[in-house]
Amino acid sequence: METPLTQHISFDRPCYNLRDYEKNGGYQALRKALSLSPESITNTVQASDLKGRGGAGFNTGMKWSFVPMNGHYPVKYLIANADEMEPGTFKDRMLMEGNPHQLIEGMIISAFAIQANISYIFLRWAYKKAGRLLTHAIEEAYAAGYLGKNILGTGYNLEMYLHTGVGRYICGEETALLNALEGKRATPRAKPPFPQVSGLFGKPTIVNNVETLCNIPHIINNGPDWFKSLGKGNDAGTKIYGVSGRVKRPGLWELPMGVSMRELIEDCAGGMANGYRFRGALPGGASTDFLVEEHLDIHLDYKSVAAAGSRLGTGTMIILDDHTCPVGFVHNLEHFFAQESCGWCTPCREGLPWTEKILLSIERGEGRPEDLQLLETHTRLLGPGNTFCALAPGAMEPLQSALKYFREDFEKHIDQKKCPWR
Amino acid sequence: MIAQETLTPEEMAEIDHEIALVPMRRAAAIEALKIVQHHRGWISDDSLQAIAGYLEISPEELDSVATFYNLVFRRPVGRNIILLCDSISCYVMGYEKIYGQIRDRLGISFGQTTPDGRFTLLPNACLGTCDHAPALMINNELFRDLTEENLDEILDRYH
Repeated sequence: METPLTQHISFDRPCYNLRDYEKNGGYQALRKALSLSPESITNTVQASDLKGRGGAGFNTGMKWSFVPMNGHYPVKYLIANADEMEPGTFKDRMLMEGNPHQLIEGMIISAFAIQANISYIFLRWAYKKAGRLLTHAIEEAYAAGYLGKNILGTGYNLEMYLHTGVGRYICGEETALLNALEGKRATPRAKPPFPQVSGLFGKPTIVNNVETLCNIPHIINNGPDWFKSLGKGNDAGTKIYGVSGRVKRPGLWELPMGVSMRELIEDCAGGMANGYRFRGALPGGASTDFLVEEHLDIHLDYKSVAAAGSRLGTGTMIILDDHTCPVGFVHNLEHFFAQESCGWCTPCREGLPWTEKILLSIERGEGRPEDLQLLETHTRLLGPGNTFCALAPGAMEPLQSALKYFREDFEKHIDQKKCPWR
Repeated sequence: MIAQETLTPEEMAEIDHEIALVPMRRAAAIEALKIVQHHRGWISDDSLQAIAGYLEISPEELDSVATFYNLVFRRPVGRNIILLCDSISCYVMGYEKIYGQIRDRLGISFGQTTPDGRFTLLPNACLGTCDHAPALMINNELFRDLTEENLDEILDRYH
């Protein structure tokens, strides 16, 4: 089984410096890419069927293809979205701490493909170790001539800056991230215009997730057919999957795209911890619908997870066990979303705190039977099409599926006027 | 209103470095807040006015940015800042017990500072280390796999 993304990652030693990375084939993809035309790189990435690993799952090469290439735009930007803040998600931290040069190489190739001359890594504040390693790796890349003016004598110029955020979930939304980079409140922007045409400071901009960008050197080295052959089912490549919660071995694994949920939980994570029973899981971070026991054999690719009523999201799974109250679990999620709402649009700003209060009252044994109807109404009012961005619809996903799969637990709280778990 | 404080030459030099990287002065707003907070611990009203003047924007506009972000402190904080993850994986793995123990030990709840100024305790969204939950950060250090046993020893390291 091939594991391109993590083949050079080991936490038993310091991460590779530039020389180690080069000795193991690093920056060969960049050398190859610089000999190709930008358009042919975009076509290769599009043909590989690489889909965005940040959660949305859009074809990466297609996203790049919307950037104007007619020479009328002297300033363009390439941005790595390293603001990993989706609760239960910890994969990009591993990629950056484990092999920072892989991300930098992927960024330089991607920037060349869209002919951007300025690139940013938008890193979350809390990732101190990643920040230190990336700062050093960027310096090494400049010194080696992979960044700066006239890269490897090709005439191509690229600057790279590390920007650390000051903490807000919405910065992960790509247009909000652009506002944060401009020094503003990180409220999302209206689309269109899409960032590919009018992004950072009004210039054409591509924002890609860290894991997405880390795939680029391997696709350039090995070709789109190789990349497609890595996946098991409907999707191409490998994926960094994760499991957290009451399992024997929580962690991260690079696996073929489309591995089954059962393989991930039982083989990789070692099954449930002693004394705990599986009740459900959010397959890809806090803003995805619950999957339950009947879904254990589905394949974790975009299409299969969608067919089961959820989203692959970030691919990092959070387990709900039988010792944890589902109402308390969902209340914790909605508290997070209510806190992190940027406040720009009314359904999200007002609806999320209301949702949180209803859930808290149910959890405390003060819920009324009609509250479940009220929550269901919220899942529609805050759903897709009614809000400015995807935050509130995402927040409704675990709630609507909890009301479906764990309804009895909600009803018990209301009937017994207390939380049965406390 | 006239600012009662001015930026130090060191702060101005650091902010100038950031301004040089962006197309307009105001785009350095977040970096400038980070720089001044790094030197002064928090952003007072006077600091805010000084930064706004330097960036040629109104204090109100800068405050709308400062209050938007979780880690720009508009109130004084203690010498050490505890950021306790209260997101879902840490919830499942029992962060509430850790919170209870911090409350008992230090006598402060979320948003509070110990009377001696040693610690400020804040809730923090997912720290991205969910396979080692529960987790917290103190200043720039990450602590994972917290238990009631190792928590006291961790807190003892900070004065």
